[in-house]
Amino acid sequence: MTAPVKDAVPTAEARRGMLAGPRFRPGESLFRWLLLACLALGIVFLVSLLAYVLVEAWPRLDSRLWTNFPSIRRPENAGAQSAIYGTIWVISFTALFCLPTGIMAAVYLEEYADQERWYNRLIEVNIQNLAAVPSIIYGILGLGLLARQLALGTTVLTASLTLSLLVLPVVIISSREAIRAVPRSIRQASLALGATQWQTIWRQVLPAAVPGIATGSILALSRAIGEAAPVIMLGAVTFVMFNPEGLQSEYTVLPVQIYNWISQSREEFHHLAAAAIILLLAILLVMNAAAIWLRNRYSRRW
Amino acid sequence: MTAVPETPSSLKTTATAVQETDMTSPSDAATGGTKTPQVSFREAPALTSPVFEVGGLSVFYGDHEAVRDVNMTIGERQITAMIGPSGCGKSTVLRCFNRMNDLIPTARVAGKIHYHDEDLYGRDVDPIEVRRRIGMVFQKPNPFPKSIYDNIAYGPRVGGFRGNLDDLVEETLTHAALWDEVKDKLKTSALALSGGQQQRLCIARTIAVKPEVILMDEPCSALDPIATAKIEDLMEHLAQEFTIVIVTHNMQQAARVSHRTAFFTADVDDKGVRHGRLVEYDETELIFSNPCDQRTEDYISGRFG
Repeated sequence: MTAPVKDAVPTAEARRGMLAGPRFRPGESLFRWLLLACLALGIVFLVSLLAYVLVEAWPRLDSRLWTNFPSIRRPENAGAQSAIYGTIWVISFTALFCLPTGIMAAVYLEEYADQERWYNRLIEVNIQNLAAVPSIIYGILGLGLLARQLALGTTVLTASLTLSLLVLPVVIISSREAIRAVPRSIRQASLALGATQWQTIWRQVLPAAVPGIATGSILALSRAIGEAAPVIMLGAVTFVMFNPEGLQSEYTVLPVQIYNWISQSREEFHHLAAAAIILLLAILLVMNAAAIWLRNRYSRRW
Repeated sequence: MTAVPETPSSLKTTATAVQETDMTSPSDAATGGTKTPQVSFREAPALTSPVFEVGGLSVFYGDHEAVRDVNMTIGERQITAMIGPSGCGKSTVLRCFNRMNDLIPTARVAGKIHYHDEDLYGRDVDPIEVRRRIGMVFQKPNPFPKSIYDNIAYGPRVGGFRGNLDDLVEETLTHAALWDEVKDKLKTSALALSGGQQQRLCIARTIAVKPEVILMDEPCSALDPIATAKIEDLMEHLAQEFTIVIVTHNMQQAARVSHRTAFFTADVDDKGVRHGRLVEYDETELIFSNPCDQRTEDYISGRFG
């Protein structure tokens, strides 16, 4: 094999134009426009959807929405107060049930579980699979096990427990990631000072992981708030003329209320549904904004 | 021994091998005055009463014997350096002294390590208690993402300290020659400090729990020469009260600060597996001026490693 012999110093003549190239590469810009088009597609659909819903909702986007209760005869008086309160009740108890459980499960898996053991790996794979199970399945589970077997009935409690099960895998997975992101050196430093493992977790690892855990948890709860399928299974009734008063109350939630109004034949109910959609979107937006704010506010540098 | 003057010590030319560390004239060294052309070692007193007695120590990671048959005795209130090429097991041995190897699930220790005649790996020994008496400083400065104050107070707090934390923090930081630099920003994040200050904070954090021994695992390898000089000054100062064991890649550092030096190397067996070995352990001056083993001589003269 002969290596190409390097010429002696090229003359100024030979150098001229050595760095010249095409001013325009069609492939490059084609690809760039293709990427932009993909992005635009998503945004255009989102914006048109929002615009459509907003226009539909406009006649009914006023205080009647949250001061009045649903009415089947007089759509102009109907509101979604019971659904709004129902959503708040259900989601609060969902948070209360699933966050401590999920975070503690994540702490176990990250800090205590021996990854070499087959049962720990089995648990891990199962949690990932559970996160992908369709929500209607959780609804059936809630109905069969909680509402009927355990005779909890179709109440706020059943809905909260079912939604907790639904988002628990997401909470566990995101909390694990947040805990794993805390550097080993922090744990070692703490242990080397004579702290116990629990002290290390409680005083160093968890505080450092809080932003990540909070972000993941809020996003998980946002998912729970928008779920209609499992709560329809769990008999969230549509015409609830009262706000929930406790865990044993019957209830309805916004997605179910929207679903019901959409399926009414009268035009006024469709406006009402659109207005409730705007309300639900606003709640989701606020929750996601809180997640982003938390992440930025407490993001750590090591 | 003066209490670590901050600015003059920064004038020291630590990068050079020639470093005045004569105990009798620290001020000369600090001001860059007389500089003998030869390395002058620390006075190597006779081995003080033993803190650690290591006999036939082997450490396994799974089936791999990372360190084989180490025997050494570490004296009280002396600085003992462990040097050697990468992968020779010196850090592994160091981490046996406060049972940090327990944190690696596959690690297993055979042989004896006695701490004041008590078996460190005995059945009744609580690693938490061990680590309160035998502190550790790591290679990379790893302050907690908390305030300077909380970094110092953490160890005493988890150890159930009942007393005036403010006083303890001031006393500790003064002891670590860091008080003047940080006294006005105790409540600010420790992560805002420079790398060298962070490492001195980590040392301060370690002495806040009043241990007897401080283990240092390449404490200066992430620092510049000026910050290194400050840490070395601090070590000399601390050696009056604490037993210090330091792992270092920097042979000049070992020569400068330690009383005794252990040289480790790795034997490669016929399967290509490396086993760390203690080759030679003696007074630092002897190791550097008149080593018994050819491998030590090759290493310190820069022929390998």
